[in-house]
Amino acid sequence: MTAVGTRVPVTREPGPPALQVTDLAVELGGRLVLHDTDLAVRAGELVGLIGPNGAGKTTLLRSVLGLVPTRSGTVQVDGRSGGAASSRIGYVPQRHEFAWDFPISVEDAVMSGRVRRVGWMRRPAVADYRAVRQALDRVRMTDLRRRVVGELSGGQRQRVLVARALALQPSVLLLDEPFTGLDVPTQELLTDLLVELCAEGGALLMTTHDLTGAMHTCSRLCLLNRTIVANGPPEELTDPDLWMRAFGITGGSPLLRALGLVQATA
Amino acid sequence: MISVGDFIADLLNPDLAFLPKAVLMAVMSSVVCGVIGCHVVLRGMAFIGDAVAHAVFPGLAVAFVLQGSLVLGGAVAGVATAVLVAVFSQNRRLREDTIIGVFFVAAFALGIVIISRAPGYAGSLQHFLFGSITGIPDEDVVIVAVGGTILLLGVFLLHKEFVAVSLDREMARSAGLPVLWLDLALYVMVTLAIVLSVQTIGNILVLALLITPAATARLLTDRLGMMMLLGPVLGATSAVVGLYLSWSLDLPAGGTIVLVSTAGFLLAWVLAPRHGLLVRKVRGRRAMGPVAVERVAVPAGG
Repeated sequence: MTAVGTRVPVTREPGPPALQVTDLAVELGGRLVLHDTDLAVRAGELVGLIGPNGAGKTTLLRSVLGLVPTRSGTVQVDGRSGGAASSRIGYVPQRHEFAWDFPISVEDAVMSGRVRRVGWMRRPAVADYRAVRQALDRVRMTDLRRRVVGELSGGQRQRVLVARALALQPSVLLLDEPFTGLDVPTQELLTDLLVELCAEGGALLMTTHDLTGAMHTCSRLCLLNRTIVANGPPEELTDPDLWMRAFGITGGSPLLRALGLVQATA
Repeated sequence: MISVGDFIADLLNPDLAFLPKAVLMAVMSSVVCGVIGCHVVLRGMAFIGDAVAHAVFPGLAVAFVLQGSLVLGGAVAGVATAVLVAVFSQNRRLREDTIIGVFFVAAFALGIVIISRAPGYAGSLQHFLFGSITGIPDEDVVIVAVGGTILLLGVFLLHKEFVAVSLDREMARSAGLPVLWLDLALYVMVTLAIVLSVQTIGNILVLALLITPAATARLLTDRLGMMMLLGPVLGATSAVVGLYLSWSLDLPAGGTIVLVSTAGFLLAWVLAPRHGLLVRKVRGRRAMGPVAVERVAVPAGG
């Protein structure tokens, strides 16, 4: 398990993408937040969605989930749209969205992700328990499965949220700023987990503000600012101009130097 | 003060038939409120419970003036207010607690205006506000028994959906749960639990049946299942002990029940096995510092 590198290789094989967003436009409060947005994520890819605050990263995730009405465009998962698409998506929200003070064990919290699968007025079946168990195994939380969620550390909480999404056995995993608020060792553990999930054939799309980490880990980066500004493997996104456009910064910004895109002037 | 034995004898005395009826009503109300109160406490919607409790008042007043069913009148008014709050809260410019603040006072004011038009209103006002556990008609006992059973069944059937929404609204919504409808269902259930209990304990104190036993249970356990078992048990115990004290010391029934329940809460606050004040003090001294306290968590839940 540990032999996996920290970098997800670029997938170039053709075939239908797991997630396909076409020509998406979203209006919020009369303002066009996203327009002409095309995005595809294939199995085995870890795509980093990067952009400044207000660029529409979260809105993009929420429209993929069907939580905000779109003005135009389509979202397809495994070639399906609508409800059939959203049931194939696993969503890992920011950690503060979850009520950590709720008296519930890790395994029950993970089971709550399958609430629609289980169905109205029914109890979880063997298949549900099995899915939860597998999800816990994959994030290595099986030992802590009876622990109350309120007693977990930040990194463990993030893994519970990933397991809850995995319990749906999704084709696509959406992660909203999974690294925010985690210390460096915990971030690295989480990175290893995400890389592993990709290696097992998952399609992952995550927003992040950790640009250097994303350059290092992601197989592909999408620079977003109201629309896709640039899209490609990190090593191809070397044009400082793209980053300046995406983030609205000038050529003197320390960001470009941190990313190694321009040489520091002596 | 009479002994427990005398109290039991009085309960069995056919001349005092209102007494066992009062105990039955108080226990049934406490059980229903104790279960539903767990959701109220965990979701931090105590203020909504308060709002609904007050909003029930105009319905009771109208039913009183028209000589109709108090339970029905209260239910209609409470549900109407709960729905108004849920719908108006969709406007994100005003926070939910503000909306509640607007509607529940308005509903209560309406109740006062309506009941002031009725003859002999001072006495009936007191009944509504503080309950009249000794003068309950038999048909109301049946209504509470049947209504309470249906409510408990409803909470049981929607349990995992309520939990999913309480845990993470966004996730629940993205999973395809009808969050607004589930919210409405919970509000309506809270309303009905309150309406069923109003006669026992009165409009002002009914919130205590909903919140206090569930809050005490939360202090005693980290397991939702155990909490939903402890809540009604604690509520029912407080009701019986409260009625005993009320009967033997000639104290108002509603107030005594609530004070017993509150005493239980304070006791749990100090003595709770894992998070109680006493355990924290002892542990803190042993582990030298608040950081270590978190680590000494015992794996076995209550």
